[in-house]
Order: sequence, then C-alpha cells, then structure tokens
Amino acid sequence: MPINPDLKLNTKMFDEKVEQVPIRQGFGEGLLEAGEKNMQVVGLCADLTESTKMNLFADKFPNRFIQVGVAEQNLASVASGLAAMGKIPFISSYAMFSPGRNWEQIRTTICYNNRPVKIVGSHAGISVGPDGGTHQAIEDITITRVLPRMVVLSPCDAIEAKKATLVSVDTGTPVYLRLAREKTPIMTTVVTPFELGKAQIFWQSTKPQVGIVATGALLHKALVAAKELEEKGTEVEVMNLTTIKPLDEKAIIEFAKNTGKIITVEEHQIRGGMGSAVAECLVKNFPVPMEFIGVDDQFGQSGTPEELIEYYGMGTNSIIQAVNKILKR
Amino acid sequence: MNYLHDDKIKFFEEKANKIRESIIEMLVEAGSGHTAGPLDMADIFTVLFFHTLKHNPKKPDWPERDRLVLSNGHICPVLYSTMAHAGYFLVEELKTLRKFGSRLQGHPHRDFLPMLETSSGPLGSGLSQAVGMALADKIDHGLTSERRIYAFLSDGEQECGQTWEAAMLAGKEKLHNLIAVIDRNNIQIDGYTENIMPLESLSDKWRAWNWHVIEIDGHNMEEIADAFETAKAIFGKPTVIIAHTIAGKGVREFERDYRWHGKPPNKEEGEMAINELRTLGGKIKSEHE
Repeated sequence: MPINPDLKLNTKMFDEKVEQVPIRQGFGEGLLEAGEKNMQVVGLCADLTESTKMNLFADKFPNRFIQVGVAEQNLASVASGLAAMGKIPFISSYAMFSPGRNWEQIRTTICYNNRPVKIVGSHAGISVGPDGGTHQAIEDITITRVLPRMVVLSPCDAIEAKKATLVSVDTGTPVYLRLAREKTPIMTTVVTPFELGKAQIFWQSTKPQVGIVATGALLHKALVAAKELEEKGTEVEVMNLTTIKPLDEKAIIEFAKNTGKIITVEEHQIRGGMGSAVAECLVKNFPVPMEFIGVDDQFGQSGTPEELIEYYGMGTNSIIQAVNKILKR
Repeated sequence: MNYLHDDKIKFFEEKANKIRESIIEMLVEAGSGHTAGPLDMADIFTVLFFHTLKHNPKKPDWPERDRLVLSNGHICPVLYSTMAHAGYFLVEELKTLRKFGSRLQGHPHRDFLPMLETSSGPLGSGLSQAVGMALADKIDHGLTSERRIYAFLSDGEQECGQTWEAAMLAGKEKLHNLIAVIDRNNIQIDGYTENIMPLESLSDKWRAWNWHVIEIDGHNMEEIADAFETAKAIFGKPTVIIAHTIAGKGVREFERDYRWHGKPPNKEEGEMAINELRTLGGKIKSEHE
C-alpha cells in the first residue's frame, strides 16, 4: 500500500464507510481547546455562530465571545482593535462574506496594520451545495494569499482543521483558515504530524509518472484517483498542501523533480488559486507540464455537493482524465 | 463646570497656533496633502494632548496609556504636528511628511511610526477598531477601568456604512470607555456634506444607537475640555462629541471652502498663512514687519 506510513494516516480512508466529519467541526473543537489553553483567545461572529461551529467556544467562554450581527466589515476591524490590545481574535463567518465582503478591512486594518487576527471562512468551495452560487466561495484563496503577512491554511479534514486552528493561535500573523460545510472523509489521525508551512506526500510511488498536489477535502478524490490509477498500472504521487502560504517551495520543487508532471486539485477558481501558487513557484524554479483541476471561470449553482463536484470537473474521474492527458504531453 | 483657568486657555491657544504653523509648513514642504481638516482640528488635538489624554511622549508604549484612533487618516498632519509639539519627536522631522523613507507617511502607517495606535486612511474603519480596543479593555478590566479609547472621525465618513455597524455594536455593548469625536466641518472632497449626502440630524442618529451625544464649538477650549470630562463621567453608554468646526480654521482665506479639503498651500499661500497665524489675524504686529 503506497500510503505514506510515516504520517500514520487513517488506514480506513478507502473504505466505503470511511468516517466523515465536516471540516468546520474540527475548527470548533480546536478553538474550544485554544480558548482553554490561552486566555487571550477571543471569538467574534457575524450571526453564524452555530454554522461555523464557533458555538462550542461561545457557550464555554461567553465573556470572550462577541456577537457583532450581520456586519462583516465591522467584524474584521473590531478584531483588529482587540488584537491591538493583546487579544488573539478568531473571526468567523461564511468565506463568501469574510474574507469576501470585508476584504479591504482585512487588508488595511488587519494585514497593513500587522494585527494577528485569524479569519475563519467556513462554507468555502462549491460543495456548499443547495444554497447556490451566492454562498459558494471559490475566490477566497486568491484574495487572501495576495495579502502581505497573511498565512493561508486549507485543511483536508476535521482532524487537520483542529490542528491548524491550534497552530494559528501562535503565529503572530494574520491567518486565513479555509473550512468547508459538508461531511468529508477523514484521512489523517490525531497522531499525523502537522507543521505549518510543510507539505506532505500522502500517496507515494517508487517511480511516479505524475505528481498531484491537492488541498482541502478534494485531497480524498485525488487519493482515490491515485489508487485507481495504480490498479491500472499508472503510478502517481499525491501531496497534501495545507499551507498555501507561505508555500513549501522546497517540497514542491522536489516533487516536480521526482514526478516530472504536476496536476493541482482545489475546490476553487483555477485563476489565482492554489494551482497558480504552485505554478508561480515551478515556472521560476523547475518548469514542468501542469494541469489545473478547479472551477474554470464560472459561478456555482444549487445541487448536491457530489453533483456539483462532478459537474464542475473536480471529481475522481476528472482527476484521472487529467492524469491521462498530461501523460501524453 | 469650568475645568480651565484663563492662563491655561491662553497656553492652549498659543500651542494650537504653533501646531497650525507647523501644519502649514509641513504641507508646503510636502507639496501635497490635506489642509482644512488638520487646521480645524488643531484646537481639539491641543486640549487632548496637553490636558485630557493619559499618555507619555517619552514612553509611547506605556501599557496604561489611553488609546487614540485616527479614523480619518488624511488629517494626519494635525496628529503629527501635535505629537511633535508634545515631545514624541522633533518638530524638525515634520518637514519629512510624505517623503520617501519618512516615518510620517501620507496616511498614518504603524510600520514606519510604531507609536501610532493604528494605520489608517480608508475611511469608515477607525471606529470599529476603537470599539475592539474598548471591548478588550472591558474584558480585561471590567467596568472600573479608567482607560479611555478616543476615536476621531470625519463628518464625511458618517456616509460609510461601517461607521454605523460600529456605532450599533458600541451601543449594544454599553462601552462607556469609548469616546468618539466627529469633526463636523461640513466639507468633504467633492463639496459641502449636505450637498453630497445630507447627514443631519447627526445627533439624532447617534442617540438612536444608544450613544450619549455632546455638541460643542470645536474652537472653544473650555467647551472642548468640558466635553471630554463629561464624556469620562458618562456611564453605561459610549459618548460621541460632535465638534462643530470651521473648515480650515485659523487662516481666513482657507476657511469654510471645501476646495481646501485635499490640497496643500503653495509657497506664497503658505507664507500668507504663517503670517496670519503669527499675527493672530492681524491683531498683533508680525515679527517680520
């Protein structure tokens, strides 16, 4: 089995009944633990406390929780003021509204001002589903990774989201934490190492023909594709890229050198997203053929998560097709 | 109640005049920047820095200090000038305003001048930051804290939706440690506020969000000092001081004319203005005569 044994991943990740938990749940549990460990942690929410799972923190620490109402611009700047007084604020809403609606406040009052506010964007990606395109944030990686000082984290499952939340507390920087709504497969375990800024190869091969870099819950689709491809005689490696910024350039260059061809997979617009970040790195350092899996310059719509993932070309079959395509290049 | 003696009022008036002179000098040297707002806020900044504010120019990061958030960052010449005259840095440094590498950026930037509480410029976000500071102080020290958070706003930025988001939250949280000051000079870059977007009744709007409202003549030193003292005494709600000011106050040729919102005086206009300030509008003989 080419699952990387060093990472102590979930051995049941390919089972039909693999445990599924929403990534946002991991954040909720992580913030609760962070609140217990660090008195300076405060939580702010814009009328989506239960949806973003900040309710776990709010119920336990009502004196450190601030409900700002439907006012995302205020949400960001109030947090900046709290951080100016030594607090470590986590602000939560749907990614479409924060960092979507309040981008300038995040730029000026958080990043430019150098305040360590943690922006938690839940319901990112197209898999938000039935709510439709207005609520599907597929531009958030682009608009956060372009900001100086911002750390951008996109965990692959609930367990990793909890670790990412806890690590965010102590960065001393602004952080964008990207979360998803739906239950998605658990790939890691509590003992899987997690280090900010470090990419990890989840699926290994002795002679890989293609390297797949995935972020978020779609990592599972990439791993399923890798397994199916292996059964048909095509060997690939799969990297989990949780920290989109700062980018683990060393690991990505090494990955390109070992595999020779790169495919990126993200539940996000292709333009400006994680794939673009990888391309920026490789074009400069070690250019290789690349394919990009993501939303191709469109808005989303209502549907089940699975329907939408398939329709917009981000499912397992799309990844396999991209591998076959790039092998001919 | 009268908090000021006559000699103190005279001291403030002379100080404000010096601060205005420096504002003119730095704007002429910079060749760009805003004139009207900085001039008309000089009296209030004087009373704040030389009377009301708990601060230490020799130890800007003193943890016990009050906080000052300048939301309308474009009037930073009055902040820089007052800070220099209060001893934060040399008055000579004011001439570096807006120059490459200067600590005195065109709009305030903490990276360059860390003694600033916030970087600012884009309107509408300062009150939110002040609300955050007041909330933090309330979380840490409860209702007995003596610290006050001062937020300076322009009247133009009463048009920003975010200002009202912040006002609502401050009213909800009953932040008595928060004092907002609005420079009601009736001008903004495109014209007179009531033509661009009518704001009145400002006081009714703030009262509706559960703020205590004080209206003052923003050039009367006693009224300014009294308003700050009253604001400190108000409990259970934040206070907003609506300071009625004369745009460009101190130089008759600039006063009440919105065209001075966003441009600096040239060399000749600067000399005229300095002369007028030094002679207190012709009331005393110029030292150059």
